[in-house]
Parts: sequence; C-alpha cells; structure tokens
Amino acid sequence: MAAASALIKFKFPFRFLLLRRFSESPAEPVTMETSLPFSAHKCDPPPRSVTTSPSELLSFFRNMTVMRRMELAADSLYKAKLVRGFCHLYDGQEAVAVGMEAAITRRDAIITAYRDHCIYVARGGSPFEVFAELMGRRAGCSKGKGGSMHLYKKDASFYGGHGIVGAHAPLGCGIALGQKYSKEGTVTFMIYGDGAANQGQLYESLNMAALWDLPVVLVCENNHYGMGTAEWRASKNPAYYKRADYVPGLKVDGMDVLAVKQACKFAKEHVLQNGPIVLEMDTYRYHGHSMSDPGSTYRTRDEITGVRQDRDPIERVRKLILSLELASPSELKDIEKEVRKETDEAIAKAKESPMPDPSELFTNVYVQSYGAEAFGPDRKEVKADLP
Amino acid sequence: MPRRAKLIPNAVAAKADTTTTASSADSKPGHELLLFEALREGLEEEMERDPRVCVIGEDVGHYGGSYKVTKGLATKFGDLRVLDTPIAENSFTGMGIGASMTGLRPVIEGMNMGFLLLAFNQISNNCGMLHYTSGGQFTIPVVIRGPGGVGRQLGAEHSQRLESYFQSIPGLQMVACSTPCNAKGLMKAAIRSDNPVVLFEHVLLYNLKERIPDEDYVLCLEEAEMVRPGEHVTILTYSRMRYHVMQAAKALINKGYDPEVIDIRSLKPFDLCTIGNSIKKTHRVLIVEECMRTGGIGASLRAAIIDNFWDYLDAPIMCLSSQDVPTPYAGTLEEWTVVQPAQIVAAVEQLCK
Repeated sequence: MAAASALIKFKFPFRFLLLRRFSESPAEPVTMETSLPFSAHKCDPPPRSVTTSPSELLSFFRNMTVMRRMELAADSLYKAKLVRGFCHLYDGQEAVAVGMEAAITRRDAIITAYRDHCIYVARGGSPFEVFAELMGRRAGCSKGKGGSMHLYKKDASFYGGHGIVGAHAPLGCGIALGQKYSKEGTVTFMIYGDGAANQGQLYESLNMAALWDLPVVLVCENNHYGMGTAEWRASKNPAYYKRADYVPGLKVDGMDVLAVKQACKFAKEHVLQNGPIVLEMDTYRYHGHSMSDPGSTYRTRDEITGVRQDRDPIERVRKLILSLELASPSELKDIEKEVRKETDEAIAKAKESPMPDPSELFTNVYVQSYGAEAFGPDRKEVKADLP
Repeated sequence: MPRRAKLIPNAVAAKADTTTTASSADSKPGHELLLFEALREGLEEEMERDPRVCVIGEDVGHYGGSYKVTKGLATKFGDLRVLDTPIAENSFTGMGIGASMTGLRPVIEGMNMGFLLLAFNQISNNCGMLHYTSGGQFTIPVVIRGPGGVGRQLGAEHSQRLESYFQSIPGLQMVACSTPCNAKGLMKAAIRSDNPVVLFEHVLLYNLKERIPDEDYVLCLEEAEMVRPGEHVTILTYSRMRYHVMQAAKALINKGYDPEVIDIRSLKPFDLCTIGNSIKKTHRVLIVEECMRTGGIGASLRAAIIDNFWDYLDAPIMCLSSQDVPTPYAGTLEEWTVVQPAQIVAAVEQLCK
C-alpha cells in the first residue's frame, strides 16, 4: 500500500514526483511533509510527514471555503446592520478549525472563546444556524438568546462560545475532569488566544490539569494581536508554547491544515497518556479584532496582504490539490460557486426566519425540572416532583 | 433507579430554641446530630445515591474539610470524587461548572464564602447564564456552598455576607440553612436540583444540635419555614439571625406580644406565598437580616412585599440589618455591627404601637 502510494516531498515552493487523477482513488493515502518543522518544548515533536487522502484534502478545501464565505458574509450583514453588537471574524484562521476537526471525533470536546463561528461549523453546525443566531432569530443555535459569542452545540460536544477573555479556561479543564471521571477516552481542546495567554486563571487551571493528569489540550491561537496590542507589547515571553513551563508544548504553523491535523492527533494521544499539553498555532486573522476594529491602525496593510499572498490556508490547499492533480481548476471553481450559492441561500433563509417569541425572554433562566412551583405570591398548592 | 423520598414541607414545625424538644405528632424518634454532621450526612447520602455527585474544594479531602463537613468522604469515595484543589477559587469554581456541563454534579466548597468573591465572574457569567445563552442546551447543576457571616472576631475579610452580591445574578438560586434539619434537607435538594444553587451556611451555627428524622427527606428549595406561628407581627429572618429573633421572641412573649417568626430560607426566589399569607394575617412586617443594609436581602424583600402586599400593611416595613461597615475585630464593636435581640424587641414594640 505504502509503496503504491505517491510519496511526495512537498516544500514551499513545491515539486512533485507522481501524478494521479482524483476520480481514480479518492481514499488512497497521500503522504507529504508539513511546510515548517514543529518546535517542541519538553517533548519530542511529531514527524513532519503527514498522511492524508484526496477526499480529505478536497473536504479541507470545501470546508475552509464554506467558513471563509460565511465570515465574509457575516461582515456584509454586520455592515448592513442585520448583525448587531460584537462580531469577531475568523477568516485567515480556518486551518486551525478544520485541521483540528480532522484529528478528533465528535465525542472529543472543543471549547473556545468568542471567535467561534467557524468552530461551530467545523463541529457540524450549518451556516444557516450561525446566520440565524447572529441576526437574533429563533432558529439560531442558541434560540437567538446568545448571539455571536455564544454558539453552542451539545450533541457535537462543542461547549461554546464565551465572551470573557480567559474565563473559559477553567471550564475547559472542568470538561476534561468530567471526561476523566467517565473514563471514555475522550479529550478536550481548550482554545484561547495570545491575549488570553496572560490571564491568571489559565495558569491556575493548567496547574490543576497537570496535577490531576486531566485530558485537556490547551490550544493557543496566536494571531499575534490581542485586539490592538501586538504580542511583543503584551507578553514578556511571547513563546506561548513554552509558557506552560512544566507542561510540554508544541509550536505549529497554524496556516497549514495538515500540520494542524498532525499536531492535534499527536496531542490527543499525548494527553490520554500523560496529561495536558499546549499547542501554539501560529495563525493570522485578516479582519480586525471585531467588526468595530478596522484592523489597520496597529498593523500595516502590507503585512495583511503579505500573509494573504504567502500563507493563506485555502490557497495552500488549492495549490496542493492542483499540484497533485486531484481536481482541475474548474472543478475547484465549481466548488467555490456551489459554496457561494449555498451561503447566499442560507442568508436568505435566515433573513426570512422569525424573531424569538416575547415569552422566550423568561424561558431557560431556570431549569424547571425539580422543585415546587413556588414562584409568585398566588401559589395555590405545593407541587414537588422529586427525581 | 433512585428511590423516591418523601417530601416534608415543614420539617421543623414549632422549634422555639436550639435545644431538642419534642415537635409535632408527625415526627419520628430520629437521631441527634450537629449541623455540620447533618450537612455531611446529606452530602454522603446523595453521593451514595448518584455516582455523578462529587465535591471540589480546598482541604475537603484528606483534611476532611475546614469545618469537618466532608470528613471521611475522601476515604470512602476516593480522591477524584472528593477533590482537594490548590488555592485557586476562580479556577476550581470554573472547573466545577465545566464538569457540570458534561453531566457531573459537583458540590463546590468555598472554605469561607468570602473567598468566592474571587470566583464572581465564574458564578455570575458562567454558572448563572450558560443555561440561557446556550438556548437551554447546557444545564449547570452545581451546588456552591460554604460558611459565611459574622463569626467570633474573624476580621473584616472573613466575615463576609455574599447574599447581597449574588442576589441579582439571573439563573442562580440561593438558600440559607439554619438548623441541622433544614441543612440536611436543603443540601439534598440543592444537589438534586438541575439549577445552580448557592447554599449559605453560617460559621457560628455548625455546632447546633438537633434531632432529625431517620427516614430520607428532602426539603423544598423555594419554601420558607414557619418557625413560630403568631398574630401580631411577621418577623422574616434567615440563618443566624433566626436565633436572635427567637431569643427576642421569648422576651416579647413575656411582654404580651405574639410574633410570627418565619425563616425565609429561600433567598432567591422569595417564598412570597408563605410570606404573603402571614402578612395578610398580621399586617406588620419586621425583617431581621445579617447582611448589610445597602442593597441587601432585606432591601429586595421590602420591595417585593410592597409590590405584592401593599394593601395589607398597617405600618411601614421595618428592616434591621447589619451596619454598612467592615466588620471590626474588637469584640464589642463586632457585636454592634449585627442585630442584637434587644434591638429586635425594641423594633417590634415600635411597630406594634
């Protein structure tokens, strides 16, 4: 099998040895090297050679295109004042969401902060649910009551969606505690940013996770800017994968979806044996911190276009697919057109969908599962249903 | 299948003071124990009944708990189920909340309630709100408990009363226990509830002794307790102040008054039904609380009573609270920050004039 598969040394700029058409063998393994080596702290890094398949690469392309389209559409919706409040966009960072998802199962948990639209989609949510939630409609994933920063998907073990920087770090370690308790062999990926890497509660939870060997992977999405503050202005030591000191760390090129997949796979195996690990994803966001931030006052436009030209995750996968002749340029264009159409349909459907009923203001404040119907002064009888 | 427990709405029918006395004809012989033992018994029974119940806190495991509420539980249930944490209140409270999102039912102990101020963000944003912001997908069945209140010269930072700070957090339920009987019942109810519940205990009440029923019982979280029925005035109180009120009640009875004493127990939401029925009978209300005057439980209770029972009041609602000062160390000064029985007697006399 291995001998028959094409072994390609892929370096940027690339060269290839063997050509194969996509239609012939979509599941045939393809092995290549990640664009950059991993940097490791207190552990042995995983190998640079990654195994993937044509169908997986095409799914990477498609999923990242869906995410990119969705985020750009959210930008327009926000400017059209259909989305209000805060809107933090993920375009540029899609490789982290897609690569992570490729390495884990839906029973492994992911918890992240407010830049959560694409992680929700990676976990199986549909862009329609995202648009509906952003526009505050009842068909949204949180019934319109959460908003951009509160997307959750319990059946896919996606725990949100949190607005306060760093406050979800203990939650992530708690989810890992629950997983350790139930002994299911699943892990938690707790995603935070370079800004949150300076929060005390992160290190408090890391201490406890390391103390009790909790199966949590701490993923730092380092997009180099905490809102308007560059990492070198906020962190004395910006090598976030080393900041955990006694806990091993790995620095990953976050714009290379295969490297992300490799690192997450390695991390999952590691934490199930040895306790927590830190992954630093070196990534970049094209938009500002949120829609109210133009994103150009603290960095130059040249920097942004430079990253877009050299390191864009979708372009990288596109070039890879074309170089391996897994699909023709027109086939990829078709995929993009299809995605654009689907996104437009989702937006149209979301625009039509109704707002929540006014009674929803008071639902889900308490769980009415146990206890007497004792609210209000005119309770006629004590009704208590004990579980 | 968990066995069904009998609900006893008013388990302590007519308790006048802290010593054991025979109560109503319904009570069984029972067994005598101290309040912290009652809490432990409730916790242990729930841990046996449901394997998802666990305890998280500082020194709860090997040390047995700083007030011995969790003594012996680590040996019985193991170190993962009775988890000794480092001193990181914000994070272990957050961890308990995260664990509850996966289905566990943690009981998070603050060694002193005041330390939970460090976890305020977790309690307010994550604990109270996640059920709502997730559109009902996640429930947070945690119990956050610990001793608070003014003790014996513990100093300002260790004499905190957090009821007033937490009361506006939507999604949270708050109860305060005051006797061994209601401590056990409320602990069990709080653990079984799918809502986050903050159980307020008091440092000075842990050694109260009482005879409690042998059979399994769970009290209603949202219900108040009728301590002493009466006709002249409704005195609403909770936690330690219940005992100051009962002391004052003895003096008042000797003077010919007939106070009705209600231990409100449920601080959020208020049991307006029991309170309302009492006000409709007596038409006079005195609130005696230990939290500070400004923005305290009494302030909210006054507003709720005025909103609902204005027509039944014959006199303005009086509220006796602790002074708006940091609790001083000196014994005499500390005594005067909290409400004393003499002040309660004077207030009732003024109210009934």
